[in-house]
Amino acid sequence: MQHETLFDSSEIVLSMGPQHPSTHGVLQVKLKLDGEKVIDAECVIGFLHRGVEKLSEHQTYGQFLPTLDRMDYIASVSNCLGFAEAIEKMLGVVAPPRAQYVRVILTELNRITSHLLWLGTHALDIGAMTVFLYCFREREEILKIFENYCGARLTTHVFRIGGLEYEIYDGFEDEVRAFLNDFPSKVDEYEQLLTENRIWIGRTRGVGVLTKEEAIDMGVTGPCLRASGVSWDIRKSNPYAAYADFDFDIPVGEYGDTYDRYLVRIEEMRQSTRIVSQAVEKIPDGPIKAKVGKILRPVVGDVYHSIEAPKGELGYYVVADGSTQPYRVRVRPPSFVNLQSLRQMVKGHMVADVVAVIGTLDIVLGEIDR
Amino acid sequence: MGERVRWNPRSSACSGTSGFPSREETVLGVTEEKNKQQIPGSDSPAPDPGKDLAGDKASPPKPVVPDPVEPVASPPAGEGDAKPAVPKPPPKKVVPKKPKGPQPEPWSSPLVAAIKEEFPDQVLDSYTFVSQRQVVVKKDRVTEILAFLRRNDVEAFDFLSDETAVHWPAEEEFEMVYMLYSFETHGRIRVKARIKEWEQIESLVSLWPGANWLEREIYDMFGIRFANHPNLARILMPEDWTGFPLRKDYDLRLQDVEWVRKHLGIDSGQKFYVGEARHEET
Repeated sequence: MQHETLFDSSEIVLSMGPQHPSTHGVLQVKLKLDGEKVIDAECVIGFLHRGVEKLSEHQTYGQFLPTLDRMDYIASVSNCLGFAEAIEKMLGVVAPPRAQYVRVILTELNRITSHLLWLGTHALDIGAMTVFLYCFREREEILKIFENYCGARLTTHVFRIGGLEYEIYDGFEDEVRAFLNDFPSKVDEYEQLLTENRIWIGRTRGVGVLTKEEAIDMGVTGPCLRASGVSWDIRKSNPYAAYADFDFDIPVGEYGDTYDRYLVRIEEMRQSTRIVSQAVEKIPDGPIKAKVGKILRPVVGDVYHSIEAPKGELGYYVVADGSTQPYRVRVRPPSFVNLQSLRQMVKGHMVADVVAVIGTLDIVLGEIDR
Repeated sequence: MGERVRWNPRSSACSGTSGFPSREETVLGVTEEKNKQQIPGSDSPAPDPGKDLAGDKASPPKPVVPDPVEPVASPPAGEGDAKPAVPKPPPKKVVPKKPKGPQPEPWSSPLVAAIKEEFPDQVLDSYTFVSQRQVVVKKDRVTEILAFLRRNDVEAFDFLSDETAVHWPAEEEFEMVYMLYSFETHGRIRVKARIKEWEQIESLVSLWPGANWLEREIYDMFGIRFANHPNLARILMPEDWTGFPLRKDYDLRLQDVEWVRKHLGIDSGQKFYVGEARHEET
């Protein structure tokens, strides 16, 4: 029943972004508001469009790998892994076990950095400043490992088609172990700050609910899907790299709200720690790169390979025409598909909740726009 | 080298492969002329196997080592001198083919049989490539086939992983590619359907609402129109941009300079542009 209000309510359109700190990049959200209530929302994207898919058709397979790092620059290792494995599938090459293990270690460390950045900025959006600083403290440790390994912190280009380019450096295992020893207690620290925090619960519980059916219909993947109660992780269901060798659990949420997504990602960081600690203890000896020619020329055909990136299912659909360059590369960007559900998640909520929902989706605009 | 053929970008339309001067065209034109000039002059000094064999058949056979090159299409004896056959370069050595990679294999299963039973004459091909299952169907009933795949008893693919298109300009066709996933069996299947460049295809939004943005992106990049799509607008490119970037005839350097001038207030300086071809759109 509509209550009489003191002032007549009237709809206004509010434009959030593209230069807004809480949109995590250049995302514009056009909000249709009734007072402070969101009636409708429309995303405007494409400000960062660089034509990655078009560029792929003019580069060789190997040359294209560094370009991919610029998509999801928070988790560039995952981007690299997906494409390298897709091409290996086409060539009929399997990376040697040692390379597979190092790949798993680096990818999982990268997942932790991605989740840490998400947690820090998400909490910052909602008003918890301390968590942001703590998260960046731990993230720095991992970035140092990346820097020692390949010289870059974000756009790493760590993998090559067929395996690795660099052997791990002396002391790599010790540095990883040192990080793994400290990290679980640090996660507890974040949880102490947030999980039982009344303000945090008030701002996240029941906000941006996505039911199981809605999530599947909208194509949502990754932690967002798992928080809605679907236990789907590509690392388990279609294991790639060496994930079949390790024990880990898939955290699953119940209500599909922002709080559940928070819990799922926190638990994922713990599980990633588990995977890395298993992998680092038994890195097999042997070569780090399979025998692939200098000129890669996959046979005519097409392949779809997807991996579980920190944001969700990152898929590569590659069409080869028998030449040294791909005929077409399609990237299935998880952020792009996940962002689509923003509209139905914010309907009926307050403007301040929009900030929380954008944060909880964990989007990277470099990947959405490509 | 001869004079280069200067290409006027203003004369080109945005669609159609003829927009760009192919390097072979210009270069070939020059070399052919050169060949013609050389042939009359090369009468005496240059060894001419065509002339030897065809023109002077009466002369005593020289102890010529049999040429590995077979003389091709020797002209009739009468006009042999007037226009000797151009000696063809020896055929390139056939490089032994590299070890073959994975090859597609025919695939038949209860699932394919179920589709074929439900939709007779719609399935054109079914095969696996690197053990990835693919079904090629006709474009008319794609949506129904996908709906059937979502709710069938054999293997229900309840998740639309991705939807995309590939441009095949030689056939003037787009290939629609749908990637489905099954939560139950963890299996994937790829459904493909070809449409002509000017044809429409049914939208999937009623089946999977998540196809909304995927189809908008396909429209944005290829210009494929989807019937019954709720909001078929550009998504990554600006709304008033001309041309569809992921088409094969859209050059990497192509730019809508008119758009750049209008919205950014600068002259982009790009040589390849589509601005003039705007009126040819729609």
